Amino acid sequence: MDIKEIMKPENQVKAKSKLLTDVPMHYCPGCSHGVVHKLIAEVIEEMGIQENTVAVSPVGCAVFAYNYIDIDWHEAAHGRAPAVATGIKRLQPDKFVFTYQGDGDLAAIGTAETIHACNRGENFTIIFINNGIYGMTGGQMAPTTLEGMKTSTSPQGRDVSMAGFPLKIADMVAPLDGMRYVTRQSVHTPTAVRKAKKAIRKAFENQKDNKGGSLVEIVSTCNAGWKMTPAKANEWLVDNMFPAYPIGDLKNV
Amino acid sequence: MTEELIIAGFGGQGVLSMGKILAYTALMNEKHVSWLPSYGPEMRGGTANVTVILSDEEVSSPVLKRFDTVIALNQPSLTKFEEEVKPGGVLIYDTNGIKNPPSRTDIEIYTIDAAQKASEMGMLKVFNMMVLGAYLEVKPILTLEDVLAGLKKSLPERHHKLLPVNEKALQMGGDMITKL
Amino acid sequence: MKEDIRLLKGNEAIAMAAIRCGCDGYFGYPITPQSEIMETLMAEQPWEDTGMVVLQAESEVAAINMVYGGAGCGKKVMTSSSSPGISLKQEGISYIAGAELPCLIVNVVRGGPGLGTIQPSQADYFQAVKGGGHGDYKLIVLAPNSVQEMADFVDLGFELGFKYRNPVMILSDGIIGQMMERVVLPPQKKRLTEAEIEEKYLWATTGKKNNRKQNVITSLELDSESMEANNLRFQEKYQVMQEEEVRYEEYMSDDADYMLVAFGSCARICHKAVELAREQGIKVGLLRPITLFPFPKKQIAELAENKKGFLTVEMNAGQMVEDVRLAVCGKKPVEFFGRLGGIVPTPDEVLEALKTKVVQ
Repeated sequence: MDIKEIMKPENQVKAKSKLLTDVPMHYCPGCSHGVVHKLIAEVIEEMGIQENTVAVSPVGCAVFAYNYIDIDWHEAAHGRAPAVATGIKRLQPDKFVFTYQGDGDLAAIGTAETIHACNRGENFTIIFINNGIYGMTGGQMAPTTLEGMKTSTSPQGRDVSMAGFPLKIADMVAPLDGMRYVTRQSVHTPTAVRKAKKAIRKAFENQKDNKGGSLVEIVSTCNAGWKMTPAKANEWLVDNMFPAYPIGDLKNV
Repeated sequence: MTEELIIAGFGGQGVLSMGKILAYTALMNEKHVSWLPSYGPEMRGGTANVTVILSDEEVSSPVLKRFDTVIALNQPSLTKFEEEVKPGGVLIYDTNGIKNPPSRTDIEIYTIDAAQKASEMGMLKVFNMMVLGAYLEVKPILTLEDVLAGLKKSLPERHHKLLPVNEKALQMGGDMITKL
Repeated sequence: MKEDIRLLKGNEAIAMAAIRCGCDGYFGYPITPQSEIMETLMAEQPWEDTGMVVLQAESEVAAINMVYGGAGCGKKVMTSSSSPGISLKQEGISYIAGAELPCLIVNVVRGGPGLGTIQPSQADYFQAVKGGGHGDYKLIVLAPNSVQEMADFVDLGFELGFKYRNPVMILSDGIIGQMMERVVLPPQKKRLTEAEIEEKYLWATTGKKNNRKQNVITSLELDSESMEANNLRFQEKYQVMQEEEVRYEEYMSDDADYMLVAFGSCARICHKAVELAREQGIKVGLLRPITLFPFPKKQIAELAENKKGFLTVEMNAGQMVEDVRLAVCGKKPVEFFGRLGGIVPTPDEVLEALKTKVVQ
């Protein structure tokens, strides 16, 4: 059997989602973004909602997310994605709307927009990539940077007496009455990826019955920013990020 | 016909709503009108005033410094606006609490005792209608019937039971005005 | 049909006109002296009737970004605020201009800088016509001088916004916002349906159907050549506006020796000043720019040929006067009279300034 024979569609156990474009992703090898993009594309395809989905991309590493998933996108200003999504969803309530945001975008400059969209119970999905660092601008300290963690703006390690403590945004929004589903997942192992996909699917399904907000936090790696190999970053994630940001549902009602 | 008027007093005396009823009634009678209030925190208990212009022509400036008529409902307003009456114009003031009466001799000055009367008769809520009645006695631009029709149209149905007391106040105001 | 005549505040007129013109959404945050806009909308409950969305946002920043999102969907969306709040919105306005989306922004100007005063002002002229936020962009700026124009410019604003895919600002002030006048409200227009929007606005984020490419609303372009091309396209658009959308009004200018130039509420005050001056035998006229961008520079240049002098009157320290001077181009003297900090000039003061500064 030659390679072409093997690659025939009927022989493939897993195909690339039709919603993923052929544009090469600009993410660093080992980065979690690509995996999460794939999961979102698969969920939208499986739900058959490509024609009814509008996504909001952030400012951060995922600023070009619109190049990779073949749906309608709206590029927001830094941190404003939940407000932009509010406008989209309120005016097109039959559409599936999600924001895709990193920790700087969602938990620093856009904290107010995040909290208030969640508090209003805006009926859209927030996908929150938390890797504890600003990747795009070159590895600066994020609100979610761990205590003692070295970044370019905390070169001696995050000093909580100076910079405050890691912000646990999922824990903050979970008690809000407007929120229906808040969960923390990861994509560092095949099992974790499957669970994360389920969570994303659930968050999208929730929009159907108009009950309120869903936030899926993906505790992620940034091996380039963390200055580690991808494999080492995955280990570091388990040893250091998970104790601060434990995996599992915070709210599911 | 153009009438340039300022009504000034304490917040809560119904200055703005008196101006509004006047403007609304004039509008119903095919006049051009503008109603410009002082606004902001001073509305809440400080001094309030409203400039009302009624005209057969389009109103140009809603902001004025000289008036055909000044209605002053407290001492600060009287002190401030006396000088802004045009020569030959009309100044109407309520005598309640006035220590320094006006001194100009080139204008027509009228007094009313509406605040005192309204308080005695438990009619404080329609004090401004007394003042309006007094004003229309001096400047019969609109009839009391016009004003009542305007009130009827602008008030929600559930408040129509208040129309008789307003009518009474308008009449009392007309009766109580005195020329100095 | 019988005309719908009301006695309304300028702010209330904006709200009523928004509902009537088929606006899809309003997003705002309370600030004096324009809170009546959202209050009126909330009291009218248009969502029960036309389906218009009205939402009180957590901040002016959020409100303009909700507008940004709604505008991307091809909807008629608007926000309103007053000076400090408009400063907060500048980031969003720049994005909307950069992404070439239509929307309506109402600024009921109060005195600044900083928290300033809640009294009327025109000190946001520069901010409105020269950009405001970052980047080379222009808003179409409409300056109403009556409650009627507050109502009329809502529909006009949306029309121009969609024509050029550009944000439009109504630059009003505390006088026009707070005063009541007779206003004829427009008849109720229908809001566009989803299908109509998909057909009319091919760029809108209405969901990617199989027969079209994905729509992406963005102002981002990292390739400098492409970004320059974008900017040149914007500039061409602004040039077309300059050629085709100038609106202004003249009063008594035919035989005038001198011209007053004023916009918005100041133009009303100057109108009266013209009457007073003419009573005294001074031949003065008034030019009122209705669009502040595009500015009626051609008309002012023409007036400069046969008038003896100009007096620009503003409630600021002299902002529009710079544009008047550019248009007059040194041919005739252009003087300025203004009051600051929420003080409104009176017709008498304008007349006095005219006599002392301009009349020879």
